[in-house]
Amino acid sequence: MNKFKLRLYITGKTTKSERAIANLKKICEKELKGLYVLQVIDVLESPQLAEDEKILATPTLIKDLPPPLKRIIGDLSNSEKVLLGLDLSPVLDNKERREDTQ
Amino acid sequence: MTKLKKHAGIEKNKTPDRRHGDEIRHIPIEHAGIEKRVRYDQRGGIAGIEKIETGIEGFDMISEGGLPKGRTTLIAGTSGSAKTVFAVQFLSEGIIKKDEPGVFVTFEEPPEDIRKNVISLGWDVAKWEQDGKWAFVDASPVVGEDHVIAGEYDLGALLARIEHAAKKIGAKRISMDSLGSIFARFSEAGLVRNELFKIAAAVKQMGVTAIITAERTEEYGDIARFGIEEFVADNVIILRNVLEAESRRRTMEILKFRGTSHQKGEYPFTVIKNTGIVAIPLSGIELKQRSSTIRISSGNPELDKMCGGGFFRDSIILVSGATGCGKTMLSTEFAADATKNGERALIMAFEESREQLFRNASGWGIDFEQMENDNTLKVICRYPEAEGLEDHLIIIKRVITEFKPHRVVVDSLSALERVSTVKGFREFVIALTSFIKHQEVAGLFTSTTGELMGGTSVTEAHISTITDTIILLRYVEMFGEMRRGITALKMRGSMHDKDIREFNIDGKGMHIGKSFSNVTGILSGHPVFTSTEEVDRMTELFK
Repeated sequence: MNKFKLRLYITGKTTKSERAIANLKKICEKELKGLYVLQVIDVLESPQLAEDEKILATPTLIKDLPPPLKRIIGDLSNSEKVLLGLDLSPVLDNKERREDTQ
Repeated sequence: MTKLKKHAGIEKNKTPDRRHGDEIRHIPIEHAGIEKRVRYDQRGGIAGIEKIETGIEGFDMISEGGLPKGRTTLIAGTSGSAKTVFAVQFLSEGIIKKDEPGVFVTFEEPPEDIRKNVISLGWDVAKWEQDGKWAFVDASPVVGEDHVIAGEYDLGALLARIEHAAKKIGAKRISMDSLGSIFARFSEAGLVRNELFKIAAAVKQMGVTAIITAERTEEYGDIARFGIEEFVADNVIILRNVLEAESRRRTMEILKFRGTSHQKGEYPFTVIKNTGIVAIPLSGIELKQRSSTIRISSGNPELDKMCGGGFFRDSIILVSGATGCGKTMLSTEFAADATKNGERALIMAFEESREQLFRNASGWGIDFEQMENDNTLKVICRYPEAEGLEDHLIIIKRVITEFKPHRVVVDSLSALERVSTVKGFREFVIALTSFIKHQEVAGLFTSTTGELMGGTSVTEAHISTITDTIILLRYVEMFGEMRRGITALKMRGSMHDKDIREFNIDGKGMHIGKSFSNVTGILSGHPVFTSTEEVDRMTELFK
C-alpha cells in the first residue's frame, strides 16, 4: 500500500511543538503503524524550508503522500480533525478505505 | 546625565545617533519567547524618536522627516487607496536613494503579481532580488489549497521567516501588505492580533522600520478593520480616495506619530508613472522666497511703463479678462520677450492647441517654431481633463525643473478650475505659485472672467493675495462699440499707473493708447461717459 509521507513544521521546542509531535505520533502509531514516514522540521533552524512551503502558522502538518496534498494546522489535539485532514476516516480501517477510493 | 534625558531633546534632530544604532544592531535575534523582546522594546522606547526619510516625494515634508525609525507604522486605507504602492515605494526608495535593503511580506498578492504591477512605476523588483536588496516573504494564499485546523497554533513560522529574510539581506525596512487577508484566513482574530503584536515587537527589536497596511471600510470611520490599530497604535497614516464631484481625490493624513511631531490634516497626493506616490505638502510651504528688484519686460514697452518699469523678475503676474480680450496675446508677448534676451520661456496651455497657439503667434509676428528649435521656448498643451489637478501640478513642476525656464506662462488657470473641486483648485494654485516663486522665475497666469464686462473670476479670489501684479483687461462698451481697456490693478513693491488705458490689437501685437479719462464704471461693467468738464471738476474736488 501507499506509504504516508508526512512533514511536521514546528517553531522551536515549545510546549505546543512537543504536544503536536506527541499527538501526531500517537495517531500514526494507532492508524498507520509501519506505513508512514515522518519528518519534523524546526523553522527556526531551517527558515528557508518554511519559506519554500509558505508556512505561516505552526505547528503545521503537511501530508505529501498519498495525494492530495493536505495541510493541518494546530497542535493536533483534535484527533478527529487530524484524521479527516489525513483522509483517514476514523470509522473505516485502511483496507476498507482503499476499496472505497478505488 | 541619564540616557533618557540625553535623548529627550533630539526628537526633531534628524542626525542619526550612531552609538545607539550600533547597539541595536548587535542585539542577537532571539526566538525563545517574547519576554526578551518586551525588554528590548522598552529599551527601544528610550532611544528617543529618530525618523528615517522614506524618499517618497512630499511625504517626508508632511511627516517632518519621515517615518519613526525602528517602529511600525500602520497605513490604513480603503480598497484602491494606493496602500500597496506606498508599501512597495517605501522599500524601493530605500534601495534607490539610500541603499537600504528591504523585506516585503505579502499576505495578499503573490510576489509575481507585485513584480509585474510595479514595473510601470519604474521599480525593477526582480533585479533588486538578484542583487540581494529585496526579499519577499510570500504569505499569500496558496490557490486551491485549504487547511484543517486541529488544535492550538501560532504564527511563529511567519515571524521566523521575516526574521530570516531580514537577516539574510541586512534589511533596514520591512513592508507588510496587507493584513485583511490574514484575518480572513485564520478565523481566530484575537490570536492573529496577538501574533501581529509579536511581529511588531520583533521588528522593533531588529532595529528595522516597518509599515503594515490594513483595509478600511469607509473613508471617514474606524481606523481599520479587526481592531488592528490597537497593536500598532503608535503611528497611523490614513490614505483616502474620496469621490468628490465625480472625480477621485487622493489624500493622506498622518493621524498620529507617538512622541514626535508631524503636519496635521489631509494632504493631496497622486500616483504617477515611473515615480509612484507624490504628496503635495501645502502647509509645508514656507514663505521664504527671496525678492528681486530686477525688472523684466512684459514684452510691451507701454505696459512696462504702466507697471513702473516692468515686472519684477521673480513675481507672479495675474492677467484677468473676459474671453477674447487679449490674454493669450499678452502672454505670448511675455514669453517671446524672454527669448529676445536669451532666456527661456515655458508656456503651459490648457485652452488652445499647439497649432492654434503657433498660428496666433505668427499672426503677431512671433515665430514660436524657431524659438522652440533654438531651445528658448517650450510649449506644452494639455487638456485640463486629461489628468487630475495634482497630476497637472506635478507635470508642471517637472517640466520647470528640467527645462529651467526664466518665465512660465499658464494659460489659463481658469481652464484648470473646471476639472477640480474648489478646495482642490485652491490647493493647486497655492502649491503652484509657491513652487514658481521658489524657482525665482516669473510666472504669468491668465484667468478668464465669466462676464464680458467687469466681473471677477473665482481664480482671482484664490490667487489675488499671492500675486504680485494683477493686470486687468476689460471690454468697454462705448457708443455702440466694444473697446478694450487695460489697467494695472496691483503692482507690489512699485509705483504704477492707475489709469485705465485703451488698447487695441493688430498684426504687430498690442498697442496701448490713452486712458479712458472720461469714462467711469468700467470695472463694475457699467461704463458711463462723462463730459470733460465734469472730469475736471471731480479732479479739482479731490485735489
